[in-house]
Amino acid sequence: MNMFMRVGAACALSLSMTLAAFGANATTVKVAYDADPVSLDPHEQLSGGTLQLSHMVFDPLVRWTQDLQFEARLATSWEQVDDTTTRFHLREGVKFHSGNEMTAADVVWTFNRLKASPDFKGIFNLFTAMNAVDDYTVDLVASEPYPLVLHTATYIFPMDSQFYTGMTDDGKDKSELVKHGDSFASRNVSGTGPFVVSEREQGVRVVFDRFADYWDTASPGNVDQVILTPIKEDPTRVAALLSGDVDFIAPVPPTDLQRVDNNNGTNLITMPGTRIITFQMNQDRNPAFKDARVRKAIDYAVNNAGIVDRIMRGFGTVAGQASPAGYLGYDESLAPRFDLDMAMSLMKDAGYEDGFSMTMMAPNNRYVNDDKIAQAVASMLAKINIKVDLQTMPKAQYWPKFDERAADMMMIGWHSDTEDSANFHQFLSHCFDADTGNGQYNSGAYCNAEADALMAASNTETDPAKRAELLQNLEGILYDEAAFIPLHWQNLAWGARDGVHVEKIVNALNFPYFGDLVVD
Amino acid sequence: MFAYLVKRAFQAIAVMFVISVVSFAIQDNLGDPLRELVGQSVSEEVREQLREELGLNDSFITQYLRFAWKALHGDLGTSYFFKEPALTVIFKKLPATLELVFGATVIIIGLSVPLGVYTAIKPNGLFSRIVMGLSIVGISVPVFLTAIAMIYLFSVELQWLPSFGRGDVVPIFGHWDTNFLTVDGWQHILLPSIALASIMLPLFVRLIRAEMMETLQSEYVKYATAKGVRPMRIYFVHALKNTLLPVITVGGVQIGTMVAYTILTETVFQWPGMGFMFLEAVNRVDTPLIVAYLIVVGFIFVVTNTIVDLIYGLVNPTINIARMGA
Repeated sequence: MNMFMRVGAACALSLSMTLAAFGANATTVKVAYDADPVSLDPHEQLSGGTLQLSHMVFDPLVRWTQDLQFEARLATSWEQVDDTTTRFHLREGVKFHSGNEMTAADVVWTFNRLKASPDFKGIFNLFTAMNAVDDYTVDLVASEPYPLVLHTATYIFPMDSQFYTGMTDDGKDKSELVKHGDSFASRNVSGTGPFVVSEREQGVRVVFDRFADYWDTASPGNVDQVILTPIKEDPTRVAALLSGDVDFIAPVPPTDLQRVDNNNGTNLITMPGTRIITFQMNQDRNPAFKDARVRKAIDYAVNNAGIVDRIMRGFGTVAGQASPAGYLGYDESLAPRFDLDMAMSLMKDAGYEDGFSMTMMAPNNRYVNDDKIAQAVASMLAKINIKVDLQTMPKAQYWPKFDERAADMMMIGWHSDTEDSANFHQFLSHCFDADTGNGQYNSGAYCNAEADALMAASNTETDPAKRAELLQNLEGILYDEAAFIPLHWQNLAWGARDGVHVEKIVNALNFPYFGDLVVD
Repeated sequence: MFAYLVKRAFQAIAVMFVISVVSFAIQDNLGDPLRELVGQSVSEEVREQLREELGLNDSFITQYLRFAWKALHGDLGTSYFFKEPALTVIFKKLPATLELVFGATVIIIGLSVPLGVYTAIKPNGLFSRIVMGLSIVGISVPVFLTAIAMIYLFSVELQWLPSFGRGDVVPIFGHWDTNFLTVDGWQHILLPSIALASIMLPLFVRLIRAEMMETLQSEYVKYATAKGVRPMRIYFVHALKNTLLPVITVGGVQIGTMVAYTILTETVFQWPGMGFMFLEAVNRVDTPLIVAYLIVVGFIFVVTNTIVDLIYGLVNPTINIARMGA
């Protein structure tokens, strides 16, 4: 046996031993969410589930950190070329799951597909084009100076353009984006992300295996396999964690927070969320709401701290405005209001000392404890002589009612897709405008030209300090006029087995970065 | 016999027709499917366009005729969520549900007959009293409560059995994966089967007991006793046979009811069957799937009732099903 053969044999032996060791120690993490992703196509539906999947199978150009800063991912750096153009330098040597290498062409292709997606095109409205400068540089062009370029770049998860180009066996275009019905992209996926989808049975389980050629070798993540099972029922999901059948669950329902926390062997991780829960008061339906004093009286009458304490069991952050802390528009001085005497005197001033009657609607399966919150608010309003006729219903029936503006007071929760304050006003309290879609969810018919002007100004203001001032002024106006009743921001809660260090990978956006998950 | 089956086939078609019309008529009240298909910030304009593409803006008659025409060709529509033909989705989920119902049925038959007979023979015994007491509890406690209590006891506290899902399943043919070929599969199906059985079991114990007590009073039993026939033979051969007639009738109807209870049981145990699928479809306003499910369940009802009638004839030869006109 010559030298080479001996070395070769030794290598083969050590390799097979490594493989065996790898097989024995392969780390599998079992995850239970309340739902599984509706599709493997990252552009089919703009929802938390889709974005959670995208962060596992794809990588964005930039992503949010835990303290809501930007972190370079597939873009290594960026700079402003002129007022409306941002240049992104792409990471080199990044491989897709198919083996193709990622280049500027893929990023441009992805951008164009986003512009055509019914769900995502709204976010990319202000961007007119993306141009490839060379293989690893792209220019993103906006129609006007836009302060949220990086916010938007968190939505660009480059797709493997070669993989998605061509025809399927039954003659369909592979790049096709179908909102309902079958498509190549809804069943097949090739991204750059830390995991490949190796098995998927919709509604039952998805198996993710670590991508061997993942570019981010600096990531501390050591999980080889993630098995995601949707468990719809709250008690069953909690039981699955407590019994050790799964390693990680989300969300943990408010009633079981203590249990998961106190149980030996499991940990609870909570974080203030960014979804605001509010009530809107319809001025078109109920003339009393035209008077800002009445709206304020309602705000003073609603004890949102009590709701968070009793109904949410502390699982929420009491709100006095739409923007959560950390957003540019957040103004610390806008404290939640609760003062029954004040509410009574405001009602008296407005000439409604004897109160009035009104209708109220809320969903009963959309937000955490939504129907109980509505009942509590209704009984709080009874104290200032407002008689509330409350109706709660499943979300499937609620949204058509909401579109009809079917009650005087309606509940709505909102999470800003751009993680920016202006988004709240644009959808919830802007004067309704059918052409631009502004005020689409403004069931209160609140309309204030001054507030709208502030939002418009903020949309083209690229200096963060000036922009913060504009947005805080905007929140201030909405607060002074009691444009809506802010209740609380829903907290987020995850439960994990000891040794599964999810506290490092979760964030307020609720997209855990599984690629970086460390398991002991 | 043949004429009877033909008659039943026509009945099945009529039942499914009525169900399809009714489920179609209520679909507008289920909510707006578009909301579940798009994100929150999608404009009304885009939603309207999608609604048009899905044909949701057409009149009830147009929509129904289109559905009926396709249904006659074996196409009950495509699920919005699964993006597959609704029937394919249901057939994929059907085995899980059938195995669960089978598991529960075995438990019910295996326990209700001996318990029912025993409590009839020894109505005042201590064991009989305990059984009857427990049966009251079983009937009155809702199935999801039983299920959650069992999960907490056997999965969380004792850690004997898994808390959710089907575990390791083995494919037999087509979409049929079975739980009964692996230990893990057996462990997974045990709790859901017991939970599902917990509703029907007390009912059957009480039914068999009541029928049995009545039969034991009859002349022919007294005669057999006087003649010196062994008691076991009297109870299990002579008396039980006559007891079973009403039990089978009730049983046939109850199997249909059991399909309804699978919705609750499967939801609590995250059992990937068609009951859970249906509840999810309602939440998502997946109307094609809802309509297809109701039609399939209607069909199952007709088939089980037909089978019950046929068994009726076997158990009691004096009944001539051909003339029953059922």
